[in-house]
Amino acid sequence: MSVSDKPIYDRTMTELSRGLAAGDFSSVELTTALLDRIETLDGALNAVLTVTRDEALAAASAADDLRAAGDAGPLAGLPILHKDIFCTRGVRTSCGSKMLNTFIPPYDATVVERLAAAGAVMLGKTNMDEFAMGSSNETSFYGNVMNPWDLERSPGGSSGGSSAAVAARLTPVATGTDTGGSIRQPAALTGTVGIKPTYGRVSRYGMIAFASSLDQAGVITRSVEDAALVLGVMAGFDERDSTSIDQPVPDYVAELDTPLDGVRVGIVRQHFDEGLEAATGDQVRAALKTLEARGATLVDVDLPNLDQSVPTYYVVAPAECSSNLSRFDGIRFGYRAKDPEDLLDLYCRTRGEGFGAEVKRRILTGTYVLSAGYYDAYYLKAQQVRQLIADDFRKAFADVDVIAGPTAPTPAFRLGEKTDDPVTMYLNDIYTIGANLAGLPAMSVPCGFADGLPVGLHLVAPHFAESALMAVGHQYQLETDWHTRCPEDYR
Amino acid sequence: MSRWEVVIGLEIHAQLATKSKIFSGASTAYGAEPNTQACLVDLGYPGVLPVLNEEVVRMACKFGLAIGAEIAPRSVFARKNYFYPDLPKGYQISQYELPIVANGELIIDSDDGERKRIGVTRAHLEEDAGKSVHEGFDRMSGIDLNRAGTPLLEIVSEPDLRSAKDAVAYMRKIHTLVRYLGICDGNMQEGSFRCDANVSVRPQGQEAFGTRAEIKNLNSFRFVERAINFEVERQIDVLEDGGDVVQETRLYDSARDETRSMRSKEEANDYRYFPDPDLLPVEIADDYVEAVRQTLPELPDAKQARLQESLGVKAEDAAILTIQRELADFFEAAAKASSAPGQTVANWVLGELSGALNRDGLDISASRVSAEALATLVDRIHDNTISGKIAKDVFEAMWQGEGSADEIIDARGLKQITDAGAIEAIVDKVIADNPGQAEEYRAGKEKLIGFFVGQVMKETGGKANPGQVNQLLKKKLSG
Amino acid sequence: MAMLARLKVADEDIAEACEKLSRIVDFVDQLSQADTSGVVPMAHPLDQTQRLRPDAVTEPNNRDHVQQNASQVADGMYLVPKVIE
Repeated sequence: MSVSDKPIYDRTMTELSRGLAAGDFSSVELTTALLDRIETLDGALNAVLTVTRDEALAAASAADDLRAAGDAGPLAGLPILHKDIFCTRGVRTSCGSKMLNTFIPPYDATVVERLAAAGAVMLGKTNMDEFAMGSSNETSFYGNVMNPWDLERSPGGSSGGSSAAVAARLTPVATGTDTGGSIRQPAALTGTVGIKPTYGRVSRYGMIAFASSLDQAGVITRSVEDAALVLGVMAGFDERDSTSIDQPVPDYVAELDTPLDGVRVGIVRQHFDEGLEAATGDQVRAALKTLEARGATLVDVDLPNLDQSVPTYYVVAPAECSSNLSRFDGIRFGYRAKDPEDLLDLYCRTRGEGFGAEVKRRILTGTYVLSAGYYDAYYLKAQQVRQLIADDFRKAFADVDVIAGPTAPTPAFRLGEKTDDPVTMYLNDIYTIGANLAGLPAMSVPCGFADGLPVGLHLVAPHFAESALMAVGHQYQLETDWHTRCPEDYR
Repeated sequence: MSRWEVVIGLEIHAQLATKSKIFSGASTAYGAEPNTQACLVDLGYPGVLPVLNEEVVRMACKFGLAIGAEIAPRSVFARKNYFYPDLPKGYQISQYELPIVANGELIIDSDDGERKRIGVTRAHLEEDAGKSVHEGFDRMSGIDLNRAGTPLLEIVSEPDLRSAKDAVAYMRKIHTLVRYLGICDGNMQEGSFRCDANVSVRPQGQEAFGTRAEIKNLNSFRFVERAINFEVERQIDVLEDGGDVVQETRLYDSARDETRSMRSKEEANDYRYFPDPDLLPVEIADDYVEAVRQTLPELPDAKQARLQESLGVKAEDAAILTIQRELADFFEAAAKASSAPGQTVANWVLGELSGALNRDGLDISASRVSAEALATLVDRIHDNTISGKIAKDVFEAMWQGEGSADEIIDARGLKQITDAGAIEAIVDKVIADNPGQAEEYRAGKEKLIGFFVGQVMKETGGKANPGQVNQLLKKKLSG
Repeated sequence: MAMLARLKVADEDIAEACEKLSRIVDFVDQLSQADTSGVVPMAHPLDQTQRLRPDAVTEPNNRDHVQQNASQVADGMYLVPKVIE
């Protein structure tokens, strides 16, 4: 099927960009088509929390004018959805929480600002786990998101609204954030591409913090090419974020053509042990064979402290979150409990009523691991183990260019299946968390289906090696068509 | 001697005199309308992040160097977590395990006349909180976050202070120092310089410290002295009655001159410090420290010694002149421009000039008489153009803007009569007019010389040189 | 912990919350098995140092706009139940 035969909503950002440039359609036409599609289809998915129709059409019209004037930016007139964790000036930013149900930021996040400056048209804001704390999108105050491949299943989390929207062709691209796998796991569960760049590569300014030393913004797309296109705009130094890195951003799209010949792909044996569901494992192994067939060399590597990554994460992330979320006190913004008896009551009820169960659980866990008498045994210990895990990766990358494995142990699970035991839910992130702890760039690329549900191939690269990472993903996509598969009801 | 020994440590909070806040670009100017200088970072808005102001690092370095301390090559910001309405993020960004300045010292002139070394354990950077206003909102309190995020240098002393007077001497010394360095305006009314005092007592000779109480937020030297004295008495009473001092935070009530327990702050003080993940370690290179060292002004102790040794100012005057760098600079400029001895210039700076400044409520920087103008006036006394007494009138005229010393002397015809012939004529006339007194003088009533001097001065309108008159009279009367 | 975190947990939820919390704590307890002697704790993923900002006032007053997000303000102040010291 040639591009011109594809319905407009099924085209990638790159394809749409060419269409706009060629004058096949205008941005207003494209934007209208996708807004209408969201209106028609999202009722069943609950992926989009806010549709910014008027603003989108105004931006699209402006982009069309700029293009006519010969002054189109790299993403001029191209549609995007933003995860509702990114502050958007004048547009409600809820972070999936009752706490911020009426919060209207007076400023734009750097990510939002950069994409808008490049000409991207924001269609609206996507649903997410509350404050990005969850792996299934079931912790959202606005209800869970349905997976377009099977409405009874989760699209993953926390960027589940973004992954579902991209998979259902409501948008070619949506932003996400990834603290322990929150971009890559939902991408895997919905058959989309999700990339989390190196920590510090994309500014965190305006991204509502969950765990500051782990959070990183990224993007969910259908092709690696699109990821390269959009990430190139999002990335770069921001003086408003002290942890942002002042390093030039390569031309990611140009570097996609790097062939796989001689690329050393590391395989971690523990990634394929009993925790991994068989059918998922088969798909991942087949993908590795494909890489090998295109010239890559598979090399065994060892990450001896891998087992400790989930417990490490569940100390570090709650500790940081317990402090980051202290600002939600009902005084300057956000939900405020009615008729408080006194100051203490205002605090306790505002936070008790405004936060959902999982957020409260993590705040309490974090408070506990930082408290007097427990700090050394938990928080300090976790920081030390984090160092060990980072060292493991450093050693592994002495021998390989990327590490490949499964993104998630199973395909999309049924909604409600894992909500009883928080620890079971946490273990869903076992393959993705290491990259956050070590600050490494990582992505998930669709690599097949298990029982009709998408499976993701997880790739991790050394710091700032996004180009190499995406080149591997892109070369894989040249050979396969998993990423072009569309869930039946959304074709 | 009391059988109790007093042990005091001070935690001084000095607001750093930056234009913008420690982690945001909002203004630090005092006195603005509520919340008009609280930007999104100061308000703890979701998604915003702190970025460190370079000036606070430089100022902390200056202070560290001035007290001979170590400047940490690597220091770390930590979060101190607690809930309070004037603390927008629910944590204060401070430094905990790795402060920017450590192990300094100061020498104070102790209460007992000894010079005493006081250790400065550490000085660390942190952000100030906002203010709660309790009046005017019915059963509510109003929160003004203008002050939130103002940079503070918290200067923590060793428990080396042994009396309330020592504590005040130490605090004054720090106050002088931070103003010399230009890192704090030292304005205590506006809260730019305040302290918490940790006070305990122990039996003389005992090595272990007694249980301490922390008195919060003392914002004048007088309150520091009174609060500590009250607290010492209180603790001794408790102990002598067989009780135990409780470790707690106390508030000094200046109206009642007493300290009282602040139980509200006590209930939960597990601050859960941990490194702030939004900020990276601050690294300070040796060459940076050296560059800052080059910018240090002459420090108060060195200046005082120099005023004494090179300019011949007496110790107590040198001490007063150097309390404020601007005053010392004024004095030095005047002394340099004048040919009179340093002590004479010091007398004028500390006498007439300081008196006029006090009377008009002016700071030395707003003096209506410049250092050079004052020097000229002093020179006119020194070169016998006018007498010291007339100089006071000339100074007052200068203060009122009537012109320079010379202009006023000329305009008012105040120049001393130095022509010996003219004075001699007047002396002769006075002796002739007062034969009785002249007789008595010659008979041995030498005290009468004063009378004759007075008469001559009266005749000359005060313009004769008193020394010259004295000499001439003695000669004529005995002749 | 709930007091320290200023979180009110409804009475009927306390048992479940405690049970889940203790499961999490049991789970993270396996950290104690790692040998971390001599390991420097890692606070940041990248070994970078703090960048400094020039001391300049860049943020104008935007109070009235910003306070639209606040539930209770008067005379430019944010209001809370009376603070007792």
